[in-house]
Amino acid sequence: MATLHTVNKSPFANQSLLSCLAHAKDGDTVLMIEDAVYGAASGTGLADAMAARSGVNLAALGPDLAARGIATERLLAGIKAVDYAGFVELAASHDRAQAWL
Amino acid sequence: MSYDVNGQTVETDEEGYITNLSEWTPDLGAVIAKAEDVDMTDEHWAVVNFLRDYYEEYQIAPAVRVLIKAIKKSLGKEVGNNKYMYELFPYGPAKQACKIAGLPKPTGCV
Amino acid sequence: MEDDVKKFLYVNRKAPYGTIYALEALEVVLIGAAFDQDVSLAFLDDGVFQLTKSQDTKEIGVKNFSPTFRALGDYEVTKLYVEKESLDERGLTADDLQEIMWEDEDDDWAEKPSIRIVSRAEMADVFADQDVILSF
Repeated sequence: MATLHTVNKSPFANQSLLSCLAHAKDGDTVLMIEDAVYGAASGTGLADAMAARSGVNLAALGPDLAARGIATERLLAGIKAVDYAGFVELAASHDRAQAWL
Repeated sequence: MSYDVNGQTVETDEEGYITNLSEWTPDLGAVIAKAEDVDMTDEHWAVVNFLRDYYEEYQIAPAVRVLIKAIKKSLGKEVGNNKYMYELFPYGPAKQACKIAGLPKPTGCV
Repeated sequence: MEDDVKKFLYVNRKAPYGTIYALEALEVVLIGAAFDQDVSLAFLDDGVFQLTKSQDTKEIGVKNFSPTFRALGDYEVTKLYVEKESLDERGLTADDLQEIMWEDEDDDWAEKPSIRIVSRAEMADVFADQDVILSF
């Protein structure tokens, strides 16, 4: 009974990603899209908060990473880059989706 | 509006700027020039090619004074001056040359 | 005429593609450059993301306008202040930013860097030094 959470705002501009992580259950997936993919990079002030939620699966949308010049090698350990088809698969494999707008 | 070039129809906006930038060819440039009543010389093509290169590199069409400064630097002040550029393109070097080069109207041009 | 020149600062605080602010700011800068004022740009908070290298927007269907920052020198916009603390918080360094140069006509067209990395305190001084501040 897992939830797919999507976050689309920069975690440096508002609290949506942090609030989402705080509410996500073990086994859920948090997918960062649009400006939220800035949170997927390593070396940021958010890295600790992200790593603390080890039971939550983390993913980021590849086309949004590429648009913003974030190379796959720069992703935090444990974050999976997915393409549009992967987004659809995540939506299908979870019981529900929650958008953190 | 549209242009016909080598049997193909190329769509434009209401002012005659082509809508799909990737459809441009030198043949199309010549067709647009003819519609604009411009007789293309080597100098005209030098300006058109400069505009295309500038757009390719910076993703904008340069403002007219930027264009003139750059042409002055690359082709000398006989070509790179306001008067001569308006002789080449009477309806404005940036506006008309951009149209022939298949680029959008320069930012700031009304 | 010198008396009519005012110091204009465009403040960029938004990431490039999630909203239209960044692109709009850049267009206003390019248009405003025709007025021969003393123009500077400030990049802080998420605005620093506008200047990063290797942006490729093919797959998200919007225009990649990051190359246009490199044309600013042609418009005599040669002062791009970037806040170091904002870079640090986002895991970025100066090396993650595009190289943006301008040619100094008065110095035999020498190429000079436009980006100036400043501290938060120095950025506050930049703000305090302006006649007009336009925020995006």
